[in-house]
Amino acid sequence: MTGYNFAYLDEQTKRMIRRALLKAVAIPGHQVPFGSREMPLPYGWGTGGIQVTAAVLGPNDTLKVIDQGADDTTNAVSIRRFFARTAGVATTTRTAEATIIQTRHRIPEQKLHENQIIVYQVPQPEPLSRLESSRIETTRMHGLAEYGLMHVKLYEDITRFGHVSLSYDYPVMVNDRYLMAPSPIPAFDNPKMDMMPALQLFGAGREKRIYAIPPYTKVVSLDFDDHPFRTTRAPHACGLCGATDSYLDEVVTDDRGGRLFVCSDTDHCETHRDVGHVGSEGVAA
Amino acid sequence: MSDETLLSARGLNLHFGTIPALVNVDADLWPGEVLAVVGESGSGKTTLLNVLSGRMAAQSGVVWYRDTAGRIADVHAMPQPSLRALHRSDWGFVQQNPRDNLRMGVTAGGNVGERLMAQGSRHYGDIRAEAIRWLEQVEIDADRVDDLPRTFSGGMLQRLQIARTLVTHPRLVFMDEPTGGLDVSVQARLLDLIRGLVARFGIAAVLVTHDLAVARLLAHRVMVMQRGVVVETGLTDQVLDDPQHPYTQLLVSSVLQA
Repeated sequence: MTGYNFAYLDEQTKRMIRRALLKAVAIPGHQVPFGSREMPLPYGWGTGGIQVTAAVLGPNDTLKVIDQGADDTTNAVSIRRFFARTAGVATTTRTAEATIIQTRHRIPEQKLHENQIIVYQVPQPEPLSRLESSRIETTRMHGLAEYGLMHVKLYEDITRFGHVSLSYDYPVMVNDRYLMAPSPIPAFDNPKMDMMPALQLFGAGREKRIYAIPPYTKVVSLDFDDHPFRTTRAPHACGLCGATDSYLDEVVTDDRGGRLFVCSDTDHCETHRDVGHVGSEGVAA
Repeated sequence: MSDETLLSARGLNLHFGTIPALVNVDADLWPGEVLAVVGESGSGKTTLLNVLSGRMAAQSGVVWYRDTAGRIADVHAMPQPSLRALHRSDWGFVQQNPRDNLRMGVTAGGNVGERLMAQGSRHYGDIRAEAIRWLEQVEIDADRVDDLPRTFSGGMLQRLQIARTLVTHPRLVFMDEPTGGLDVSVQARLLDLIRGLVARFGIAAVLVTHDLAVARLLAHRVMVMQRGVVVETGLTDQVLDDPQHPYTQLLVSSVLQA
């Protein structure tokens, strides 16, 4: 496409972001400030993720974009078209075929491999932000690895609700050193981050922070010895493909209490159906 | 005996502009001892407390602390992480206003347990049991463990702050007017409690107060300060019963007799 540099951002900006990315990879879980640019989409739609993707994208890459696990939602469709037009890269909805996956709120069900990069869109990179409002103070807490406060939050949850009530953006310790916000992915996806073969990059556009988890890095969800971390999922099978191991979305189908539980990862659901699985509400292929 | 002090300060000086807050102040604190710093407001008592605890730097002078292993460290030359670690474990700070120290949006149990969690306790049941044990130590009903501090009375808040501070068994506690702003009957009960806890756990304390009765009841030794200068120091009964310095005589004679 003429009139634009490859992947929209100019080369100097991409170099600046790559420098931040290198630093982030060198210190797993540490938030690196970067000069976030105005992007042609609103804050909260993935301005951080889209800049990181633009900085790591090459002409031979194949891009997949998901929003809440789905390839066909507005946000995912527009970001995928954006890069198809400004970089001319191939796009796909197949997790296995993608080399770069930009995501909002999910990690694909299918295991990622070493030749892939997953880019997370992050609204709030600071896991302590709700407990300690001062950026200076949280920076000091990260510097000295003083994370007792986060456990006070978990303690309060168990005291009030009998369990930790965080169901998304569940805080993790990266490489036994930095406390990190995994972006608003469900806690169900947290275990996938541990020792993941793919490179994980996180971009927060409004907050101007980049952080990363290199391949095969230890990622542990915070918990107490007597209240270990547990994942939860809706106790149903996917209505379309019958999967019982995937993360489900609840879809309201009518005004008489009708409900449909379907895989939130649309690619996982389609792949499952293609090999012949059918759920209770599905139609045989 | 001087080589056994827990905390020693020599030649502390600090001026705020032209106002002298500390003038050549020396201080010693032995393990298990309670030292009261008395004087009128503006005499430098709280400044001394802040400098001794490393929260404020003096313009000259040194503060040494002897840790559990017997090593001597210069409090003001210590790296920030070590000082913060000291404040979380071996030391405690009790503020005049408990709201400055407590987390008002966190339950009593969470408040008491925070220092344990900061030290690495990761067992919910143990933390909770320890919190309940400490609430009982400070005479708060165990069934208030899940209540927020804002439902507590002023005296209870101060006792909660003490439980939160003592839960890690500090060797040294700094107290800034711990009974200030409480009514007299609550004060008496709190003083009795502090005296009991300090004696039972062998805690050394530096206690700042303008109330000579508090010093009389809690302290082994007293330092009298006036305009940043220590004018008199000695055993509590000695200083209060037979004051030598005119300012101390004035202080002692100005106490209202009921």
